[in-house]
Amino acid sequence: MSDMLEIRDLTRRFGGGRTIFGTTKPQLTAVRGVSLDLKRGETLGIVGESGCGKSTLARMLVGLDRPSEGAIRLDGKDLTEGGAKALAARVQYVFQDPVSSLNPRHTIRQILEAPMKHLLRLNGSERKKRLADLCEAVNLNPDFLVRYPHEFSGGQAQRIGIARALAAEPDVVVLDEPVSALDVSVQAQVLNLLDRLKRERDLTYVFISHDLAVIESVATRVAVMYFGRVVETAPSRKLFAAPLHPYTDLLLNSAPVPGKQRLRAGGDTGELPDPYNPPSGCAFAERCPRVEEDCRRIDPPLEAKARGDDHRAACLHPLPAD
Amino acid sequence: MSETAIASPSEAQKSKARPRRPSAFALLLNNRLAAFGLVVLVLVVASALLAPLLPLADPNATDPANRLAPPLSDGHLLGTDALGRDMLSRLLWGTRVSLAVGLSASVIAAFAGSLIGLIAGYAGGRTDQLLMRFIDLMMAFPYILLALAIVAVLGPGLINALYAIAIVNVPFFARNIRGITVGLARREFVDAARLSGKGPVRIVASEILPNVLPTIVITLSTTVGWMILETAGLSFLGLGAQPPQADLGSMLGEGRKVLFTSPFVSLVPGLMIFLVVLSINLLGDGIRDVLDPRLKAGALAKPSARTAVEKNRRWPETKKDETSDAVLDVKGLETQFRIGRSIHRAVGGVDLSIRPGECLGLIGESGSGKSVTAMSLTGLVPSPPGRITGGKVLFETDDLLAVSDKELRALRGGAVSYVFQDPLATLHPLFPVGDQIAEAIRAHQPLDRSEARAKVLDLMRQVRIPNPEARMEAYPHELSGGLRQRISIAMALANDPKLIIADEPTTALDVTVQAQVLKLLDGLRRERGTAVLFITHDFGVVSEIADRVAVMYAGRIVETGPTAEVMANPAHPYTRMLIDCVPVMGEPERRLDAIPGRPPPVDDLPDGCAFADRCPRAAADCRSGDIAMRDIRGRIEARCLHPLSPGDALRGAA
Amino acid sequence: MTTIILKRLLAAIPVLFGLSIIVFLMIALIPGDPATAILGSFATPENVAALNADLGLDKSLPQQYLAWISGVLQGDFGRSYALNRPVIDEVLERFQATLILAGASLLLASIFGLLAGIVSAVRQFGFADKAITLFVLIGISVPSFWLGLILIFFFAVKIRLFPASGMEAVYGGGGFLDILHHLVLPAVTLAVVATGVIARLTRTAMLEVLRQDFIRTARAKGLSERRVIYVHAFKAALVSVIPVIGIQAGFVLGGAVYIETVFQWPGIGAMLVNAISQRDILLVQGGVLVVAASYVLFNLAADVLQVVIDPRLK
Ligand SMILES: Nc1ncnc2c1ncn2[C@@H]1O[C@H](COP(=O)(O)OP(=O)(O)O)[C@@H](O)[C@H]1O
Ligand code: SF4
Ligand code: SF4
Ligand SMILES: [Mg+2]
Repeated sequence: MSDMLEIRDLTRRFGGGRTIFGTTKPQLTAVRGVSLDLKRGETLGIVGESGCGKSTLARMLVGLDRPSEGAIRLDGKDLTEGGAKALAARVQYVFQDPVSSLNPRHTIRQILEAPMKHLLRLNGSERKKRLADLCEAVNLNPDFLVRYPHEFSGGQAQRIGIARALAAEPDVVVLDEPVSALDVSVQAQVLNLLDRLKRERDLTYVFISHDLAVIESVATRVAVMYFGRVVETAPSRKLFAAPLHPYTDLLLNSAPVPGKQRLRAGGDTGELPDPYNPPSGCAFAERCPRVEEDCRRIDPPLEAKARGDDHRAACLHPLPAD
Repeated sequence: MSETAIASPSEAQKSKARPRRPSAFALLLNNRLAAFGLVVLVLVVASALLAPLLPLADPNATDPANRLAPPLSDGHLLGTDALGRDMLSRLLWGTRVSLAVGLSASVIAAFAGSLIGLIAGYAGGRTDQLLMRFIDLMMAFPYILLALAIVAVLGPGLINALYAIAIVNVPFFARNIRGITVGLARREFVDAARLSGKGPVRIVASEILPNVLPTIVITLSTTVGWMILETAGLSFLGLGAQPPQADLGSMLGEGRKVLFTSPFVSLVPGLMIFLVVLSINLLGDGIRDVLDPRLKAGALAKPSARTAVEKNRRWPETKKDETSDAVLDVKGLETQFRIGRSIHRAVGGVDLSIRPGECLGLIGESGSGKSVTAMSLTGLVPSPPGRITGGKVLFETDDLLAVSDKELRALRGGAVSYVFQDPLATLHPLFPVGDQIAEAIRAHQPLDRSEARAKVLDLMRQVRIPNPEARMEAYPHELSGGLRQRISIAMALANDPKLIIADEPTTALDVTVQAQVLKLLDGLRRERGTAVLFITHDFGVVSEIADRVAVMYAGRIVETGPTAEVMANPAHPYTRMLIDCVPVMGEPERRLDAIPGRPPPVDDLPDGCAFADRCPRAAADCRSGDIAMRDIRGRIEARCLHPLSPGDALRGAA
Repeated sequence: MTTIILKRLLAAIPVLFGLSIIVFLMIALIPGDPATAILGSFATPENVAALNADLGLDKSLPQQYLAWISGVLQGDFGRSYALNRPVIDEVLERFQATLILAGASLLLASIFGLLAGIVSAVRQFGFADKAITLFVLIGISVPSFWLGLILIFFFAVKIRLFPASGMEAVYGGGGFLDILHHLVLPAVTLAVVATGVIARLTRTAMLEVLRQDFIRTARAKGLSERRVIYVHAFKAALVSVIPVIGIQAGFVLGGAVYIETVFQWPGIGAMLVNAISQRDILLVQGGVLVVAASYVLFNLAADVLQVVIDPRLK
């Protein structure tokens, strides 16, 4: 497997600058120096709680947002080089809220044809062929192409959203919480569809979710984010079996599991640091059961610990193997 | 692999059953006031347009001998003015001018304002800042004053008045349209269009404009009347139409000079302005209601303090031995929503009972009726459109559906309290959280301020809010989601309730926070022996906290029993399938079996089992008659004719 | 609190600056030769030359502005040729009368508008709601200048209850009661539209708030319906009504132009209309600037009040 997408020291700040009176505006760093590699054919799961920067990262990957610092390279070339269209033809995006990602005043056909027209410049008959193919791929009755988005349920709309992403024949699909807005009974339909499409079309996924169970079932590799950083990354099995970072451990122990009633360790406040005034050392220190004095001074880098090069964590005192 | 085609049977059925939506125009005519406005307006416009063809006197022919003739006099239906000119003729010609000027001003303002709004709203950043600062500046002038300043510069005259009125109305359109555009530009479908390769011009024209158009039309239809009024006003002041040209305003201005002797000369043109503006406003309101259904009268109905309860509601007879020890005993609860002509049976006969200190988990997909059940218990379902049409809610010995308003108020927040899903929306945004807790206490206990304050601090400590003295002064938006939900829980505990109804209290929270809140709730209810009705859609959460679980589907309980038993060996196929379709942590290889199709719409429930269309065990007998709850293996009850036994495979069993 | 006021005051400075530029540009934008246009029938060559020098029309625009604004800041708005008196004297005298009229109207409109809106929302679809809705509809559709004429005809000419015009009696007038007596008709006329708009928006705001989740919470706490509506719902509704009152203040100040003309109220509106007819541009300039600046200050007060009620805006 080769690296397809290289993310290097990606940072995104919001706000900042000066007002006309010379006072500085408050600034918030949503993504703080993230480096990740995406390998061809894998599903990279990104997990973390709300506000940790998952969506901001995802939007930068597809060019909907620009990094304040750092670079994203696709097959060795800088992302922004070929322009927005060239990028969109290779990296596509599936939105969290399927209904609001479809223009209420366009028909499904108009929505699905847009990328074929503007990105691939297909003519009428080619588009017709591609449409038929797409409908089949996502189990959409072709009669429904003339309908408007409000006539579809969430699950159906999400399949249309997926079809739209695939219409441009991308290599990479970034899925931002693609099943979170859906009812549980529908989630499985979409997850199974995504799984089949990936195999049939040789896709590479970046799959973002706050749901650990979903991530575990879809991802081959996982990156855990906290407060704008990747704090741990490892092959999925390794990470879920024995995490290195205390935050990952807390996440795994917090998620309720059907059929099990577990005793949880208490004491966690669940409070995040103030994003306008971030702490100097490890951002997790306030909540960390393993915190030591040095944690408040040093912001730990993401690096391999004693579990092989593919299992890295940003922690000074990682958890032992067991 | 178990995906289902989008053309599911329920979908096809749905589109067949629903009547076609009436056209916008039909809706408009349905609104009596708007239709009246339309008729009047059409009459006025038609007579103004036809003025040249009608057998009218020359509007400018003076006849000093016949001046100030009263209405209905010979040859002058509406009399004559101070120069002896025919009022009727002048009225129609003047209306022509007023309409033409008012409408032109409106169109100019709408076009320029919308354009500015679209550009500012979509471009954002500096362009937006610059344009909107300028618009703000225009709005910093009192409306007419700016028009006066413009006329002062350009000089009095009808066309200049038109420009002035158009210019001063540009900000209204610009602001409105910008507001909508900013909202739309952030919407995900605009991002989707960008990713489809559309450029900015194309996005504004084909993605945003169609969605903004209704707002433009609404703003236009609600300001045209106003603009006609204001142009007439300028003419009235002598700054618009200059003699001999006359519009309604200048006629009124001339009439004013003979007000004391011949009031009709000013009455007539004024009445015409009033009629035109009134009809346009009526029509405009109608158009707004059609285009923006949010504002339609029915949609904005004021919910009553208590859900309406049908007088002759019925409930199933109780077997005597059952009701004895429960805190809450719900029998055959039915709640409906009447929307237009359809009846949504959101809750269709629910039985529940909770013993003191017990936690009952109510689980189901969204739309299955969990929240409506919870809110029906103390009459919190908004009426209209909600109505409780059947059942009994026995709390201890009272039927909550029958107690007086006063008794119900004493129970709400007293013996029965609620924790809702999204604490940011459920706490009042403008009061400090401490005051909100104190209010809950003082509604039920005669404490003075300082006693209440002490109790608030105590409650905040019980729900483990760090630094309660400072936090009680905070407003909800200043707290994190987890702290906000702790405030809601403190409020629910304020008066030592016997029953807490928690409606998805952790759904809006992150997992680590959810774990904390669950633990807190669990600890508190065990310490205090409080019964809890815990609503969720997550089997994991139910497993953590509930002693017993009730599974809800399409408005009814379909299975109930001890949590562990139901989770391990559910009897109802729906429960089994719902458990099987979610990924479980620790079992990544598990096959996910999706449930095909969708729940039936509650305004069109099928006969027999509501799950039949999606059930692999469905047989002919499942599709008719009412299916009752039945005991299964002595521990579980399920509403199914072909229940699963432990170890049964789901498919092909029937 | 003080910091909020200071911040808003600071933010008002650019607005006032922009206002002054627009008002200043009025002269530059006059088609043709401004001095001749302004002087009209007084346009003797000497006068034109004098005015040209006075306005500094031979200098560049920024220089003209600087000269003008430094004059304005010292209270020098130039001289009204038609009245032969300093603009500032006339404007300030007239402005008092306008403040009395507009202030009274806005007060009436706010009180009755809020009351009517609440009653209308609470009694939705009842008789009171229908009656108020009808009044609102008529109120926002009726031309105020015409309504004024009708009221004069009825109350002043027919039943002689109130005077038809002016602010005080010609002989021995000027006391508080006398002004009040003169004020009733014009203030009511001017208030009608604003009352309608405020009532309508209050109703909508109340109905919208009553559907919010936090109202359900208030009921679930067992609060009395009175407290739910008049404390919880009203406070939240006020947040969207206050800006409307701010905007209505502008309409009332502007609408005063008609009412002052109709009732011959000696305010700044009537003055402006006369000044425009006589092309007394300097007087118009001074009047517009003073009224607009006071409106900015009023909106500033409304803004601060808004922040006091809604802590989310801080
Ligand atoms: N446009 C924006 N302006 C200001 N802050 C933003 C913006 N977008 C995201 N943020 C902030 O960035 C942080 C990360 O947000 P996001 O990427 O949406 O996280 P997640 O996907 O994990 O919910 C949050 O604190 C959020 O409020
Ligand atoms: S660096 Fe220290 S505080 Fe941070 S996670 Fe590791 S042990 Fe905890
Ligand atoms: S009654 Fe029939 S259709 Fe309904 S769940 Fe049981 S087996 Fe399935
Ligand atoms: Mg997100």
